[in-house]
Amino acid sequence: MNEIDFTILFASVIAGAAPIVLAALGETITEKAGIINLSLDGSILISAMTAFAVSFETHSLVLGFLAAAAVGAIVAAIVAVFSVYLGQSQVAVGFVLTLTARDLAYFIGNPYSRLQGLQIHPMPISFLKNIPFFGKIFFTHNLPVYFSLILIFVCWWYIYRTPLGLNLRSVGENPRAAYARGINPQKLQIIYAVCGGLMIGLGGATFSLCTKPGWGRPQGAEGTGWIALALVIFGGWHPIKAATGAYFFSFLQVMGIYFQSWLPTVPAQVFQVAPFPLMIFTLLLIYISQKESVLNWAEDKDRIKSILAMFSGRIPTALGKPYQPE
Amino acid sequence: MRVEVHDIHKHYGPVRANDGITLTIEPGRIHGILGENGAGKTTLMKILAGYTRKTSGYLCMDQVPVDYRTPTEASQLGIGMLYQDPLDFPFLSVLENFMIGQAVGLANQKKYYRKKFDSLAADFDFALRPNVQVNRLTIGERQQLEILRLLSLGIQVLILDEPTTGITNVQKDYLFSALKKMTSEGKSIILVSHKLKDVEAVCNQLTVLRRGKVTGEMKAPFDTDILLEMMFGQTPIPFNRCLQESGRTILELDNVSAPGGRSGLSDCNIRIRQGEVVGLAGLEGSGQDVFLRIAAGLLRPAGGSVMLKDKRMNAKDYHCFKHSGVFFQPSSRLEEGLISGCSVTEHFALQSDHKKFVTKWSDATSDAKKKMTEFRIIGRPDSLAESLSGGNQQRLLLSFLPRNPLLLLLENPTRGLDMESSSWVWQHLHKYCSDNTTIVFSSSDLDEIIMAADRVLVFFNGKMIKDTRTCETSSYELGLAIAGKR
Repeated sequence: MNEIDFTILFASVIAGAAPIVLAALGETITEKAGIINLSLDGSILISAMTAFAVSFETHSLVLGFLAAAAVGAIVAAIVAVFSVYLGQSQVAVGFVLTLTARDLAYFIGNPYSRLQGLQIHPMPISFLKNIPFFGKIFFTHNLPVYFSLILIFVCWWYIYRTPLGLNLRSVGENPRAAYARGINPQKLQIIYAVCGGLMIGLGGATFSLCTKPGWGRPQGAEGTGWIALALVIFGGWHPIKAATGAYFFSFLQVMGIYFQSWLPTVPAQVFQVAPFPLMIFTLLLIYISQKESVLNWAEDKDRIKSILAMFSGRIPTALGKPYQPE
Repeated sequence: MRVEVHDIHKHYGPVRANDGITLTIEPGRIHGILGENGAGKTTLMKILAGYTRKTSGYLCMDQVPVDYRTPTEASQLGIGMLYQDPLDFPFLSVLENFMIGQAVGLANQKKYYRKKFDSLAADFDFALRPNVQVNRLTIGERQQLEILRLLSLGIQVLILDEPTTGITNVQKDYLFSALKKMTSEGKSIILVSHKLKDVEAVCNQLTVLRRGKVTGEMKAPFDTDILLEMMFGQTPIPFNRCLQESGRTILELDNVSAPGGRSGLSDCNIRIRQGEVVGLAGLEGSGQDVFLRIAAGLLRPAGGSVMLKDKRMNAKDYHCFKHSGVFFQPSSRLEEGLISGCSVTEHFALQSDHKKFVTKWSDATSDAKKKMTEFRIIGRPDSLAESLSGGNQQRLLLSFLPRNPLLLLLENPTRGLDMESSSWVWQHLHKYCSDNTTIVFSSSDLDEIIMAADRVLVFFNGKMIKDTRTCETSSYELGLAIAGKR
């Protein structure tokens, strides 16, 4: 069995998780405002395709990222407008959109399949990368990865520390009461769904321009949208917990690569697929840990209790129930 | 601020919720709006608060005509409303609830609002902790929080919709003294209620509404008989019960404890005898709900024993209880009691004894019609349960009860009903008692318990703390027990 270089292991976990972190944060913001954007998986694919195609045609990475963000925002806006102003089911619209967006991505993206396109380059931060151990893990990445790291804390700060974030939460908790206090729930829901869509789009672009560079069918980003959706739920609609989940999923994926070299007789597909059921299993464990009987059992065990408390979270009360003005 | 309401109409389709209401609210006064359920009080108040738009009519403030369309515009003019079900955010903290709608921007302003909150709360002697989640507060405390928030917005006219429902007598005293303090500062208070006693106790002036119209006005001191006539057109007859002789014990709880509800239930020893009517008093969620569900077999006790007619029932399920003649009706009629999307006929078809593979709808409809006249359910056999009014839903639920049950467990059987409907409900229920049926019911209305029950059990924080005959106690004594002071 080969030795593991932990700095490389953790660095690749952080790099690999960047797009999932972005998508999960975007979805967290959207759901905190009470809107479920179920189109996540398709949205990631179509923005990944857009990013690759636009940067391929224009030779500009910046334009690629911007176009992808715009596409993510448009898809999110469709879900939000259909729900907020037209009173349609977010689940139905989101689900149809995820399938449509995926097929549209394959169809429009077909000419760009397996082409050599642009790719973002690492940008180590010179004075920080020399910090022993942590320098290599955190400061040898490219811009989208730094961005994803910073965004976790920006989201947390915005949601829990600012009056604007308080308004955002109030709309997801009780839009009627928010309206009575002079907040326009419909406007905020559209705004935050679009903001979330921007982040999801950036997540898609991060896939095709740095994490898994290139476009093809399959691209390799398939399924991660669903994982991100699950992370939001099991992260208790908390940005830091959701991001932690993304890093755990990325860790499972990276370990798959190691296992592949340690156990060459096992088919490679096993290790590619394994993170998904493992993730579901972990989420199941988190769910069970929040059951009343388990919490009662842990009542007098302080250390276990504090660990369990980390997994607790609560759904925004008005999630998925669009506000209808009287 | 003087508020004048001129000829307000509000029509919902063919229904006239407000039908030409005119009244004046003087500054520095507590103005009561009295009327039974459906009289149009809440609609009028929602119009005043900017939450609902009027069909026609106009409003004047200090002789200036005003027109506003949203609650925000109303609060900028100085009008604020405390809603019947608190319009707040149960899963955010007290301080966050206080800040929403006031704080703007990106800067963290918790410290500033914390100071403001603390000084306001101290002014009114409200003991609210800013970091507690609002769902842990009682209804009374949530009201206090809303009052503080509205005051910090600079409210001059405060509307309170049924503020005395679901709060203790002690909290009521706090509320009333806060209201008096506000009027002494020149603010106007509009107090909406169907509870005559509360309104009489605190208001300077009263306006009575009935079916969307003003039926009378009166200044303090009030004449109760005249007010009742204005409210109902006729005076309902109160009645009292106090059964002296007692039958044999049919339900026996020994040291029962169970989780659930807000407080769970602990060390509960209760004996219920045949033929008596037992009222369960206490703040909502103090253990009455858990007790009723254990007695119905819906919840399993964690410890202790439950005996029904000398049979141990601990691990038995709801259906087993039902076979023994125990019937339970929950307070949330639409969520637990009825199937909201099913029609009246479908409800009766579901209940019917002779189940066949194919339902004969003509028979079911004629059955439903018969029951509907017997139970005075207003509607058509094909109306959906959710489209019935609260009183009709309750009568529909009552019509499902069998002829001769052993024990009826009723959770808030008259919640949300007006006086006429609730006195019908009790007349109907007392008929069961003459057949030796036992009734156990919970209610947040002490007067109802004293009126309808032979015995009262008071629950506080998951414990049964008082067990007394209704003829040997008073609402004051019970009120103290409800607040935890024996």
